[in-house]
Amino acid sequence: MTVLAIENLNVVFATEGGDLHALRDVSFKVPEQRIVGIVGESGCGKSTLINAILGLLAENGRIASGSISFEGEDLAHLDDKAIQDLRGPRLSTVFQDPMGALNPVISVGRQMRNIQYRSDLARAEKDARSIDMLRQVRIPDAAQALKRYPHEFSGGMKQRIAIAMALMMEPALLIADEPTTALDATLEVTTIELLKDLQAEIGCSVLFISHHLGVIAELCDDVVVMYAGEVVERGSTRQVFGNPSHPYTARLLDCDPARQSERTRQLPTIPGELPDLRRRPEGCIFAARCDRRMDVCAAIPPDIEVVPGHVARCFLAESQ
Amino acid sequence: MLSYSIKRLGLAVVIVSVAMLMLFSMIYLIPGDPAAVALGPRATEAMREALRVKMGLDQPIWVQFWNFFINAWQGDLGNEVLSDRPVATVVLEQLPYTIALILGGISWSVALGIPLGCWAAVKRGSWADRLVGVLSVAVIAVPSFVVAIYALLVFAVTLQWLPAIGAGEPGDLGDQLVHLLLPSLAVGLGWVGYIARMVRASMLEVLEAQHIRTARAFGLPDRMITYRYALTIAILPTVTLLGVGIGQMLSSAVFAEIVFARPGVGKLVYDAILTRNYPLVTGTVLVTTVIFVLLNLVADLIVGALDPRVRSRF
Repeated sequence: MTVLAIENLNVVFATEGGDLHALRDVSFKVPEQRIVGIVGESGCGKSTLINAILGLLAENGRIASGSISFEGEDLAHLDDKAIQDLRGPRLSTVFQDPMGALNPVISVGRQMRNIQYRSDLARAEKDARSIDMLRQVRIPDAAQALKRYPHEFSGGMKQRIAIAMALMMEPALLIADEPTTALDATLEVTTIELLKDLQAEIGCSVLFISHHLGVIAELCDDVVVMYAGEVVERGSTRQVFGNPSHPYTARLLDCDPARQSERTRQLPTIPGELPDLRRRPEGCIFAARCDRRMDVCAAIPPDIEVVPGHVARCFLAESQ
Repeated sequence: MLSYSIKRLGLAVVIVSVAMLMLFSMIYLIPGDPAAVALGPRATEAMREALRVKMGLDQPIWVQFWNFFINAWQGDLGNEVLSDRPVATVVLEQLPYTIALILGGISWSVALGIPLGCWAAVKRGSWADRLVGVLSVAVIAVPSFVVAIYALLVFAVTLQWLPAIGAGEPGDLGDQLVHLLLPSLAVGLGWVGYIARMVRASMLEVLEAQHIRTARAFGLPDRMITYRYALTIAILPTVTLLGVGIGQMLSSAVFAEIVFARPGVGKLVYDAILTRNYPLVTGTVLVTTVIFVLLNLVADLIVGALDPRVRSRF
């Protein structure tokens, strides 16, 4: 069973400098109970993708074509009210910044009660569920924590509270938007372990966005590599990290500090910069920065299956 | 919350003390002999000297200030010149009328300004937003005495819906409220504009915040997001602004009380200046300062009650 299937999704923002093609022909699937990682540098369209799924695109953004099929419904063509009804109970989100993700003037208990507003449970029962959930994310003195305000917790605790809120709804899909980026390394490990445990317990799928390759490798079953609004490569984590078939993936792995075997003063980088998405170059999106560019790259490469389940949008994948 | 209140109260005492020092210095620096002014041109030098001793003007300046300071904190602001009644009694008689007027002005400005600002922010860029923007600037630009005069002409004289002058029958709360409507509108109308602008701006800022995105991601209803999650935060700068604005409302109250022939501190100070009743002027200014500081304190306590982050800082 597939929980989320995105097919040929195109998202366009109307800007003063013309239309900005933020996502082009994005396709991937999130199977049931799997953790799918999305990796890519800043500006690759990760946030736009999340907003498109949640129906929270900015006013000037629109889904130009394609489908976002979630539990059999196409979110791209659902009206606002219907998507709002899915957000929370079926589709929960943990955002990057734990400092700003909770409302500063409403107590934690009240925020957790408010997100259960659809439930018919009595107030005390809702609070009991909140306390139970806070215990699961290892917030000490959970009953007392309900009365406290977000600024009274540390960053790591706030992120755990955010995770508790998201998972309390027992969603079919949890979207985790760089949930550990703002945390220090030790907290990152514990938070990821916590997320993995809770995912197994609840049995939901997770869409995990990160630019930290180590975390993706550790946590995710599948990985989707994005570059400048396109999915350049996708497959199981083992396939993609073991046999990177798009030059961008290969370069990205080369740049991972964790993979450096020799002492160096300068970490490797990918020369060049992201293309201006208002004037998208003809042909392959990565061609300008690619060290294995060929003449055929002037045309847009198709999605080529390297092995079943492992797809790369590159002509080189064909020769493998 | 209690320790926060106590600390703020302590600060208020310091502010009032400093205000007393400044007020005393001003009186001291004003050219002219208070005794000569009080007794008039036909008094003899002996009479003036006697009054100077009676008023304590022969003492060193720091003794004079200390006496003024101690007496003022005990509620003794001296006696007024015309009737020789204690200034404190005279001012306190008039004070409830002015406080009612200020609270009425705040009620108007909050009751109209907050919904208008909210509406403009939610409908940003629409004709409603633009209309609120234009109206806000318009009411801010019109001086309160112009509002007072036109309100009087339209609602009291032409339409005859509301009474023109006075504060209403003593003891009849309904009648007093009816008499309060127009003068408090004159005091508060400009603040409708300020508050609408302020609420709109801070609402737009708060609606962009990460936690609002979180609230939307949980599918909370728009009404709950706007009024419970966003407005509670957006309102905080407005409360502080109102606290400061009370000073300006107090000066508008002078005009409103004169135009509507209402009793009150504003009318009192106006008459006191015209009759050169200096002890009364000093006393009124001091009481007004205390009212300003107290209402500011109330505004800060409201902010503290609404914002747990402020509370924890104290």
